[in-house]
Amino acid sequence: MTSPITTERVLLALVSIVFALMMLLFGFLFWFALPVFFNTETPVLSLIWQPEQGQYGILSMIAGSGLIGLMALTLAFPVAVGITGFCLFSRYQNIASWIRRMIRLMAGIPTVVYGLAAVFLLVPLLRETFRSCSGFCLLAAAVMVVLLILPVMVMMLDTHCRPLENQIRLASASMGFTDTQTVLYLVLPNSTKAMATAALLGFSRAIGDTILPLMLAGNAPQLTDSVFDSVRTLTAHIGLVLATENGSAAYNSLFAAGLLLLAMSVTVTLLIRKMEHAQFNARRGDAE
Amino acid sequence: MRLKSGFMRLLVCGLCFIPAITQASDLDSFKGLSGTINIAGGTAHIPVMKQAAKAVMKDNSEIRITIAGGGSGVGAQQVAKGLVEIGNTGRPLKPSEAKHGLVSFPFAIDGVAVIINPANPIHALTQQQVADIYAGKITNWQSLGGDDRSINIFTRDEASGTRAVFVKKLLRNSPMVNHANVVPSNGAMKTAIARDPGALGYSSVGYIDNTVKAPALDNVQPTNDACASGEYPIVRKLYMNTKGEPQELVREFIDFIYSPQGAEYIRASGYIPVSNQ
Repeated sequence: MTSPITTERVLLALVSIVFALMMLLFGFLFWFALPVFFNTETPVLSLIWQPEQGQYGILSMIAGSGLIGLMALTLAFPVAVGITGFCLFSRYQNIASWIRRMIRLMAGIPTVVYGLAAVFLLVPLLRETFRSCSGFCLLAAAVMVVLLILPVMVMMLDTHCRPLENQIRLASASMGFTDTQTVLYLVLPNSTKAMATAALLGFSRAIGDTILPLMLAGNAPQLTDSVFDSVRTLTAHIGLVLATENGSAAYNSLFAAGLLLLAMSVTVTLLIRKMEHAQFNARRGDAE
Repeated sequence: MRLKSGFMRLLVCGLCFIPAITQASDLDSFKGLSGTINIAGGTAHIPVMKQAAKAVMKDNSEIRITIAGGGSGVGAQQVAKGLVEIGNTGRPLKPSEAKHGLVSFPFAIDGVAVIINPANPIHALTQQQVADIYAGKITNWQSLGGDDRSINIFTRDEASGTRAVFVKKLLRNSPMVNHANVVPSNGAMKTAIARDPGALGYSSVGYIDNTVKAPALDNVQPTNDACASGEYPIVRKLYMNTKGEPQELVREFIDFIYSPQGAEYIRASGYIPVSNQ
């Protein structure tokens, strides 16, 4: 007995193939990364990366990724909330539509273009202003990553805040709220979950970007306490070490770096899903 | 007059081609051969291999030559497994690699020199000073007789053959400070140094032009001539490796690299040709 080929079956087959491939990807990374983690001769969970001396620690790269992510987020978050808030004011709608267009344009610019511009503008500026550094530093990379994550965060916030503002505009106006008051006391306080989602999304994009840290952060494998020091991120580390001898300890550390990046991004995605779910439930609760 | 100068120009162009035509005889040995050569490995070799492959394939359409990078490790590994006919390495084979019956053909010398910004007044450094800078013991140009500027150290990525020879022959394997900035290529190194008056880095001698300055090391100017004569010691050889003695087409290709025309490609890529012993 042959079963007929239906759309559902075709879709199911496609979905299972994709699912299997993803599982294979995870399995492959685990398979190669686990021995690296348990290798006591050349520990990857150490702070020292000196391949010539047989030291292959990637902890400082994890710190580098985290620092760039957090710094970019700290800089971008207030700006993103500010831009979103500004675009809600009804008297600035003309400018707001231009700002929105501009943000959408920014989202499409390849990051290597930002990187190139920063190498020739921002890096010399930092070098000449603070003469103790070469200009390739944590600050340079974080500032440019802000440009990368800002559009994502603004668009995320805007899609949540605009419908909300439309909903309550008449009611708040009839109660005598000004535009500023509506935005400050009604819209923004009711968007905390969207803000958290936007922050997480921005953070995960910030730690996932490769070319900006590779071009701007200086790539020195060290822990730092100054924003003018050179740091290396996990992504830049993979880019730099990929061409080494296949099977060497340096090459194997890449699997550990890849697994850590994957773990970070899965954690963030799960957190975002959980929040969206909670938000959806809360709204449904309000409606009932 | 105008026409005349145009004619002169043509004449000069024509004269330039005459040696090229006479040199084309190096390609004669490929007559009647056909097949494929796959080449992989060291990235420093690629410009030489590309020019040679282009000339061979243009002359004989029956021959196909593919060139891939991957680094020295990949080159040795793939030729040992028989995946490629020629595996390039920027270092001598390790014993673990040579035991697969690989034969090495050194064909070029590549020097590695310390480079600084042209605006930097320093003209000479000693090997010890460079090692001290990379060890973090000297941090300001003033203590070397230069301006009061901190030294911004640049180094290459871990996969780099340039870095390997620099660390082995100039730093003599002493540890490098971990706050050195890392750049992924010789070109990126040159760009970074050319724009930073306080920078110190190193690159392949073939990459040095007037955007950067190479100070004398222990009173020896790092030029191609000094590298060839052995006066300047921070050099490495570039190798082609085959599994067993090369036969027919592969043999011809290797001989072509050693021919006068091949030597021309090696010089054009910024390296010094060495003869086949």
